[in-house]
Amino acid sequence: MLEVSNLACSRGDHPLFTDLSFALEAGELLQVQGENGKGKTSLLRTLCGFMQPVAGEIRWRGENIEELDEDYYAELLYLGHHNAIKDELNALENLQISAGLAGIALSEKEAVAALRRMGLKGREHLPVKVLSQGQRRRAALARMLVSDAPLWVLDEPLTALDVGAVGLIQELLGEHLARDGMVIFTTHQPLVVEGVELRRLVLS
Amino acid sequence: MAINWFKYSAPTNFYSLAGKLIPWFAAAALLLFAAGMYVGFVVAPTDAVQGEAYRIMFIHVPASILSMFVYLIMAGYAALGLIFKTRLSAMMASALAPTGALFAFISLWTGALWGKPMWGAWWVWDARLTSELILLFLYLGFIALHASIDDPRRADRAAALLAIVGSVNVPIIYFSVKWWNTLHQGSTIKFSGTSMHVAMQQALLLMLLACWCYAIAVALARVRSIILEREGATQWVGELSEVRS
Amino acid sequence: MKKLSLIALLLLVIRRDLLLAMRRRADVLTTLIFFVMVVSLFPLGVGPELDMLRKMAPGVVWVAALLASMLSLARLFAADYADGTLEQMMLAPQSLSVLVLGKMVAHWMVSGLPLVLMAPVLGLQFDMAPQALGILMFGLLLGTPVLSMLGAVGAALTLGLRGGGVLVSLLVLPLCIPVLIFGTGAVEAVNSGLSPNANLALMGAIVTMALVFTPWVTAQALRISME
Repeated sequence: MLEVSNLACSRGDHPLFTDLSFALEAGELLQVQGENGKGKTSLLRTLCGFMQPVAGEIRWRGENIEELDEDYYAELLYLGHHNAIKDELNALENLQISAGLAGIALSEKEAVAALRRMGLKGREHLPVKVLSQGQRRRAALARMLVSDAPLWVLDEPLTALDVGAVGLIQELLGEHLARDGMVIFTTHQPLVVEGVELRRLVLS
Repeated sequence: MAINWFKYSAPTNFYSLAGKLIPWFAAAALLLFAAGMYVGFVVAPTDAVQGEAYRIMFIHVPASILSMFVYLIMAGYAALGLIFKTRLSAMMASALAPTGALFAFISLWTGALWGKPMWGAWWVWDARLTSELILLFLYLGFIALHASIDDPRRADRAAALLAIVGSVNVPIIYFSVKWWNTLHQGSTIKFSGTSMHVAMQQALLLMLLACWCYAIAVALARVRSIILEREGATQWVGELSEVRS
Repeated sequence: MKKLSLIALLLLVIRRDLLLAMRRRADVLTTLIFFVMVVSLFPLGVGPELDMLRKMAPGVVWVAALLASMLSLARLFAADYADGTLEQMMLAPQSLSVLVLGKMVAHWMVSGLPLVLMAPVLGLQFDMAPQALGILMFGLLLGTPVLSMLGAVGAALTLGLRGGGVLVSLLVLPLCIPVLIFGTGAVEAVNSGLSPNANLALMGAIVTMALVFTPWVTAQALRISME
């Protein structure tokens, strides 16, 4: 499904990695590992098309992602360092809008259900600025519940989350992989998904 | 025999090619300047209406023409760099910008010097002078944008996009200013009589060619330093004799 | 779950930006107050002779509108860039240009439209004739969207840079000169008993061109700036 061949990336004129190749098939979980500054985030951002690779190419279902463009984005969910939520809006508005940007019309009922599962019951209508860091992160991660994209690219999804929320994320990943989804992620915390073999990609 | 044009789109090859070309263009510029000055000051006769003051035209007109052309060439290189992702094109664009800005500035300066004896004022809102001023602003915008982005790749691409937007705008700006000027009955530089003296034309042509050669020589010299700066870490730069010594 | 159409996405972006602006009303008001203040300073600077003020009025209002719209540009993409929303917008399954167009429309409604509505009041300070006031407003109505659109290009190019606010004015103001010329030209034409149609038609042409090209150019600029 996702094939990366001979990829080279650089930040500015500073080369990060070269000649990176791997493939990801349906139902696979891939963790990108490496020390700080080895280009984990850059790799994920390149996979999302934010950064142009210096060399090599990325193929999705056999076609280059640069040519697929919007068709590729429709099948991609990206969660980055930033939460992409607005302090001025409440959790419900935030989720509905971010789902809308991903091309999904989400009813209020569906959105409320997703937020409740993320443990934000009773906080749906509070402005996000009064929520704690962990709760904001939960509000942002609620997008995983409403997304129907097969490819998930998650950059440090577990930061600021408590033990309960980490468990919930692992559960969500398990469900997604069971649906033949794909996950590529980075993390500094242990992340285990029951019954799925974790593949590792080490950048050095 | 087919010439491989792409050979010179690699900075390595272009660096040495530019090094060989610079002396020729610099020498040509010097000779043409000398010839242009001689014809302009000695051979060309005094103008019936403008007296001796018209001679400033010999630098003013080439500078104005060059400032416009250099902008278009710069935008062309910028577009090439954006489309084909050739780094050398982007380097050429940023090498041309200061030269273009300099010509725009010279054109404004000499325009003011010419304006004083002609219209009795250092600055009049003549259509051509006003467009030249706006062109200078466009150059400054390009240089400022390029300078304020740290990542050279982003700087190249952002400035390239700006240059393209600017070049689409240049004709619109030019005609709107011209129209604005006619509405306000502004003054325009007009020549006495219909024909210029042959010597005046020759001087103008010589100076124009001199300015072209100068622009090419300076841009090539600048692009060589940009190549060294950007490729400083690579092996081929380390092997250059001028870098090692 | 239902898929959103192109138009629905456009409306979503506009609604979102208007909602955000409503929750941060102070920002909108500061731009408007700046506009009123700049215009009101001119009579203090050049003296209160009505003849001169009448003559200057269109130029003063237009230049102030130009400056005021530069002021609000920094907000156009900066907040979305800082909190990661812009990344999500780039991953939208529709063309980024459409989302950018939505943001331009919302930006104009928040920062351009109030200037248009305020202009007649300011025109009265300068003793403008009712007919001239009408043309001034109409010209602003046509021209301020162009300022938002060209401004968006500049804002996208200077995203996240130090001193981006000043830089964006440096980049955008020269490009706005035709709008200024035709906008003030229309009013002057009416004042001297001529038809303003030529000026307004040219302004219309500029709006059309901007509408066709700037969303795409801005989208490209955003992609460059996101790297």
